[in-house]
Amino acid sequence: MSTFSGALTHAADVAPAAVAASGLFSLTWLLIGFPLAGAAVLLLWGRRSDKWGHWLGVLASAASFVVAVVLFFGMLGQADDSRTVRQHLFDWIAVGTFNVPFDLRLDQLSITFVLLITGVGTLIHIYSVGYMSHDPERRKFFGYLNLFVASMLLLVLADNFLLLYVGWEGVGLASYLLIGFWFVKQSAAVASKKAFIVNRVGDLGLSLAVMLMFITFGSVTFDGVFAQAGSASESSLTWIGLALLLGACGKSAQFPLQSWLLDAMEGPTPVSALIHAATMVTAGVYLIVRSNAIFNAAPTAQTVVVIVGAITLLMGAIIGCAKDDIKKALAGSTMSQIGYMILAAGLGPVGYAFAIFHLVVHGFFKADMFLGAGSVMHAMNDQVGMRRFGTIRSWMIVTWITFGAGYLAILGIPPFAGFYSKDRIIEAAFSRGIVVGLVTVIGAGITAFYMTRLFVMTFHGKKRWTDDVHPHESPSIMVVPMAILAVLSALGGFLLAYNNAIFEWLAPVTGFEEPHLAISSLGMEGISLVVVIAGAALGWFLYDRRPVAEIAPAGNFLTRAARADLYGDAVNEAVFMRPGQYLTRSLVWVDQRVVDGAVNGVAATIGGLSGRARRMQTGFTRSYALSMLGGAALVVAALVLVRL
Amino acid sequence: MTTFPWLSVLVAAPLVGAIVVMLLPKGADKLAKQVGLVLSVLVFALTIVMALRFDAGTAGDFQFGVAYDWIPAFGVKFALGVDGISLVLIALSTSLVPIVLLAGWKDVDGSRGSVRGYIALILTLEAAMVGVFAATDVFLFYVFFEAMLVPVYFLIGRYGGARRSYAAMKFLLYSLFGGLLMLASLIGLYVVSAQITGTGTFDFSTLAGLSIDPTTQRWLFVGFFVAFAIKAPLVPFHTWLPDAAAESTPGTAVLLVGVLDKVGTFGMLRYCLELFPDASRWATPLVIVLAVIGIIYGALVAIGQTDIKRLIAYTSVSHFGFIALGVFVMTSQGQSGSSLYMVNHGFSTAALFLIAGFLISRRGSSLIADFGGVQKVAPILAGTFLVAGLSSLALPGLSSFVSEFLVLVGTFERYTWVGVIATLGIVLAAIYVLLMYQRTMTGPTPDVVREKVFDLSGREVLAIAPLLVVIVALGFYPKPVLDVVNPAVARVMHAVNATDPPPQVAPVAEGTAK
Repeated sequence: MSTFSGALTHAADVAPAAVAASGLFSLTWLLIGFPLAGAAVLLLWGRRSDKWGHWLGVLASAASFVVAVVLFFGMLGQADDSRTVRQHLFDWIAVGTFNVPFDLRLDQLSITFVLLITGVGTLIHIYSVGYMSHDPERRKFFGYLNLFVASMLLLVLADNFLLLYVGWEGVGLASYLLIGFWFVKQSAAVASKKAFIVNRVGDLGLSLAVMLMFITFGSVTFDGVFAQAGSASESSLTWIGLALLLGACGKSAQFPLQSWLLDAMEGPTPVSALIHAATMVTAGVYLIVRSNAIFNAAPTAQTVVVIVGAITLLMGAIIGCAKDDIKKALAGSTMSQIGYMILAAGLGPVGYAFAIFHLVVHGFFKADMFLGAGSVMHAMNDQVGMRRFGTIRSWMIVTWITFGAGYLAILGIPPFAGFYSKDRIIEAAFSRGIVVGLVTVIGAGITAFYMTRLFVMTFHGKKRWTDDVHPHESPSIMVVPMAILAVLSALGGFLLAYNNAIFEWLAPVTGFEEPHLAISSLGMEGISLVVVIAGAALGWFLYDRRPVAEIAPAGNFLTRAARADLYGDAVNEAVFMRPGQYLTRSLVWVDQRVVDGAVNGVAATIGGLSGRARRMQTGFTRSYALSMLGGAALVVAALVLVRL
Repeated sequence: MTTFPWLSVLVAAPLVGAIVVMLLPKGADKLAKQVGLVLSVLVFALTIVMALRFDAGTAGDFQFGVAYDWIPAFGVKFALGVDGISLVLIALSTSLVPIVLLAGWKDVDGSRGSVRGYIALILTLEAAMVGVFAATDVFLFYVFFEAMLVPVYFLIGRYGGARRSYAAMKFLLYSLFGGLLMLASLIGLYVVSAQITGTGTFDFSTLAGLSIDPTTQRWLFVGFFVAFAIKAPLVPFHTWLPDAAAESTPGTAVLLVGVLDKVGTFGMLRYCLELFPDASRWATPLVIVLAVIGIIYGALVAIGQTDIKRLIAYTSVSHFGFIALGVFVMTSQGQSGSSLYMVNHGFSTAALFLIAGFLISRRGSSLIADFGGVQKVAPILAGTFLVAGLSSLALPGLSSFVSEFLVLVGTFERYTWVGVIATLGIVLAAIYVLLMYQRTMTGPTPDVVREKVFDLSGREVLAIAPLLVVIVALGFYPKPVLDVVNPAVARVMHAVNATDPPPQVAPVAEGTAK
């Protein structure tokens, strides 16, 4: 039990114990209840709700946001050590000592996520009313969106790892349904299946982590696990940490489970905004930060987390450089940005709060840019190839400005939001070591390059349109959410980091340490800004000053590799898919010829019938009756013998 | 307790129903169906009333017990009684019968056999299913165990698909073989009981209390176990199942895979473990290996299937691997998980077989390749099929997740690496379910599918909806089942002298709230 005193070095050795929810906080379940009810009505009521279904979906998400705001202010009114609230709903699973209640936990970390999920989520809902207005299945779309939000809320509000798992796979299901929303397209159906299966590999990790926790601590609740984390052996903690990381890699599309994310673009664009900004991919970061008590005591696992984050942040950035599809380039950037967060989360108390800060800010600017990309596609007959865009700013001035705010934010140009969050991660990375620090700075430079490429290829340069497009600004129902997100992308970082507000807020849960650097943080900021500007200048020079080919040039080896997602799919196919198909086919053959044959052969020998089975079939019923009779006789005989 | 003979009535009522149906005039098909449906609903209602009067506090004891002398010369009694595990399995059986009748309302119209005969066979089977779970006399159990074969043999052989004769005979051969081994062990058991107590008996509780010489236990164990392993089925005794399931009507497949096969795993838990505890521990390594092979092998072979019904059958081979694993890891999580798994698997497999049946009868083919884009023309059918599939892959929030996770946790506690390998099954499950869904339900809709496949009728929705409701409800609130299963499992654990391994770190009292 500790009280945060205002000093900025604080380790959450013992997480504050939860108090039972009462008064205002007994509303916590409504956070999940509203969107879940929305999903249930929209999916079960069917076509009867076609007319008003989308508004119900918006309302459900918005109601949840309102509850979140009310609860947030309620928490502000509480003392620091009574902000962790547990709402017991019912006993879920109880067998022997395996006791898992259906409890929700509201604390500084979960409410931060709840506000992001419901806030950004609601904006995406509103935008989708316009974006999906011509789709006959719009109602179903909103049902799935509500399900997505509800699952994600369960994920961040669960008070134990098994309940978290329910939200975790619920998110997987919702993404499956949404990525495959246009299921008539074979590619969408395949992409959705792939997303689910790759995620399941991650879920395997989470499953193992939960089981390891149970055999280690005899509990899977947060309090039960974290309070004991210090007493467990380091090897147990390392295995738990690595299993959690595997889970995080699946949901957050980190190396080596990143391959589903780029294909997930098959879904309608608002889905991408939801997956990339408010839900799903942030789950892995949440999982690691939430489990900080485990990772703090498992340095080996932490190192692996940092390595995975570093690899992914560079991979995503490199892939982002080569993609001509605006959504795929943005998807590469998500991989890369989540890589930053994972890396920060691997740094320990010096990085947890920064990871969450960047996650929130990224939620703003990535949602902003995805919705902007959707707006552009809306205007360009659903085209996504940036090589056939160019100079769109003159036709879509609002989209240009709002996208621009997101663009400056991801680059980290002061005073846009990413400046505050990304630089803190770079600082923390340098405090860990020069190599890790350099990776983050180089990543920032590449990010500046490919985002500038994306921005100028789309909005600037020369017109390279196909003949049939007539761009126009999107309707206000789409533009207003974009504008709100643009404002947040511009100001959100400054506001949240003002007086270290968000770090102090999170500290009781995540712990917090100021990074110690060899050079001043101002100098650090200067260096990274120079790298960023250099990257942006190169992008601007190559794609604005020089003509962009309408058809992609062949490119060098690296470009081709990046276009092929650095051969992630090729490796999966060669190592898992094709041998797997071969294996299943051989096993089917073995099962029919060998197993069945052998057992049948034995049976035939015993039963005295061979291949004549078919002809004998009528006679066989008789022989069955005979054997029953024989059996009965045997029983009686045996019993009589025993009596004698 | 009460003097009302609940269990005897539950066995007798369907039998009486079967006779009534057979006495109906020829051609009164609709009446036969109505009588069958009404009667099976009444039997289910009776089960519910009985379950509500069941005392969960003493769920490890046999309740509603009745015993009548049957063959007094050999101590054979008609003795029935239920503990928590048999109670939930009886509830599973009696709930599935009306659903199967309603879902298969038109399945046997115009087939070779008469509709009356079909209804009567199903009701006869119901009586045998209740009896096999309720028997507390081992001889009576054997009688019901063998009696189940007869209606199923005719249900497959008379009302099945093109290769029905082959499938029915194969089913019979396998089952008879197992049954004979069990019979031999049964007699041996009687002999041993006579040697130990002086008077031979078939009474389960008395037999379970005997301390039989370990070597003898092993011989007797093998007879019972092989019979159950064929019934369940475990790899390598499983190949009759895909044939039988694929050639049956959907309703028969549901009762066969959803309930009858559970007699195998139920038998392992109740009879193998409690009657032969030493031998069970002796056989544990082998059974665990077979179970894990079953999980992985069944799933891989399922992925490679080209026929929807065979695919579902192989998924069950994988699931039975999980159930057998949970039984033999000798932890309370494993065994309670397995008991719950039997119930959950019954419901989710029922949903899968029935919906697949709706789909197949419309299209006139069960080959996956003959479908595609069904979601476009039959969204409700596709949606319910997806939910059933997700239940099969144990999606958290649906019932099978709870049981599968309990089995895995229970395994992990004692055999960590076995647990890790078994957990790989969850990835394979995602592949076989979603691959089938993708190939049948998504993508462009071929013309022949567009012409033939239409969405579910009201009757079909009515049959499926209760299954899906239960699948979701037990996913979030498995307590009613676990509450009655746990004490019965405690009895089994006590019988095999097993306790759950403690955690590595001693737990502290949790939380400050309440």
